Amino acid sequence: MKTVRLLVGTAKGVFFLRAPAARTAWQVEGPHLPGRAIYSLAHDGREGRQRVWAGAASMHWGAVLVPTDDWGRTWDEPQEANVKFPADSGLALKQIWQIAPGLDAEPDTLYCGVDPAALFHSIDAGKTWEVVRGLLDHPHRERWQPGGGGMCLHTIVRDPANADRMWIAISSGGVYRTTDGGRSWTARNAGIRAEFMPDKYPEFGQCVHKVVQHPSRAGRLFAQNHWGLYRSDDAGDSWQDIARGVPSDFGFAMTIHPHEPDTVYIIPILSDMVRVAPEEKLRVYRTRNGGRSWEALTRGLPQRHAYDIVLRDALTTDSLDPAGVYFGTRNGKLYASKDSGASWRVAIDGLPSITCVRAVVVDDRKPARRAKARRTARR
Amino acid sequence: MRVVFLIPTPLRPFAGGRSRIEIDVAKDPPALGDALEALWQAAPGVRDRVVTEQGEVRQHVNVFVGTESCRWTGGLDTPVADGAEIAIFPAISGGVC
Repeated sequence: MKTVRLLVGTAKGVFFLRAPAARTAWQVEGPHLPGRAIYSLAHDGREGRQRVWAGAASMHWGAVLVPTDDWGRTWDEPQEANVKFPADSGLALKQIWQIAPGLDAEPDTLYCGVDPAALFHSIDAGKTWEVVRGLLDHPHRERWQPGGGGMCLHTIVRDPANADRMWIAISSGGVYRTTDGGRSWTARNAGIRAEFMPDKYPEFGQCVHKVVQHPSRAGRLFAQNHWGLYRSDDAGDSWQDIARGVPSDFGFAMTIHPHEPDTVYIIPILSDMVRVAPEEKLRVYRTRNGGRSWEALTRGLPQRHAYDIVLRDALTTDSLDPAGVYFGTRNGKLYASKDSGASWRVAIDGLPSITCVRAVVVDDRKPARRAKARRTARR
Repeated sequence: MRVVFLIPTPLRPFAGGRSRIEIDVAKDPPALGDALEALWQAAPGVRDRVVTEQGEVRQHVNVFVGTESCRWTGGLDTPVADGAEIAIFPAISGGVC
């Protein structure tokens, strides 16, 4: 029996939601890792694993990567911190912003992106991590600037057909690409406007908020920036403005449809100065033609007195058909759509501020064991 | 010489469940940094929660030698006397509302 599992990271722990493929009723478990800020979650289903990784940060005790192989019943808290900068860098880890399992052909490879902006790499399924030197030592580093959330490397996009090519995104540094497995990196921001700088089109320094790619269209990228919506058809060599018909081109969240490479979702925000839903309406915008036009998806979403916003990793899709689309808000509401965004329901309200959401479809023949603090939300 | 570390509840899983660890410090007289190095040998997981990978006490952690925070007594250079109690506390500045 197929089950959809939602991994929900919040400012105060991890929550797991579970529903049958019909996606009408969600069972909620949590919090796991209570009190810790979870800026990143990832599911690793390669080679029969059912492993969830959480980037868990305590304001007191620092940040670590913590895995669970049983949906949170037990967490393998590392005795020693597993993501650490080398002494010669002079840097200290603040937050883990992104966890990216490697390609199917490299089942023990993982990457994670952190603040201060750097990429870490594991080739032993997460037992040990090494900083990617080519990016750590990049000459641009001294001129990258922190955004409101810190100086974070928050996005890792792999080329599914070429293990040596990937893109990363830094706020604020911009998009960087490697074609040699991380040894060297080049800024790929041509055409992306930096509204907040005197030179509007610098080589780097743009504040990119999210980049997505459909696995069937390697090198075709979409980007949501701190002001600006863009598409690149040439692996990041150039970017075209696609912000036509949206109420604001400022925003954080962006995701792509699992089966339609031209379908992308965003959730606009009024401005960087105000940061509420535009016109006090919570709307998901969807393009189905690669950004030539956008439509507002509003059914089931509040269209009066809505001030909620959605962070960069708190919007995602599942892999079913029709696709499920999910997003969590800063005010702790998790919205779910089982019809590719045509309509929405609140899956759960009242969570801590939601920082990231991931969806996984699993064959759940064995019922999950009972976890603490189980609740059922039916809407 | 010998010092005693008092371990706060959240860090006891990284200290074999102990709330109190007595440590022999080879250097005599030691500074706080020397005593902490001896603690890290016994409980490396505590090290990574108390100091950053650059060896600095984390922003929202306080380390007291006796009743004085090391922030006001010379940091890791704070002198430590034989039999001193060194207490690790989560600072009230930490936490998120």
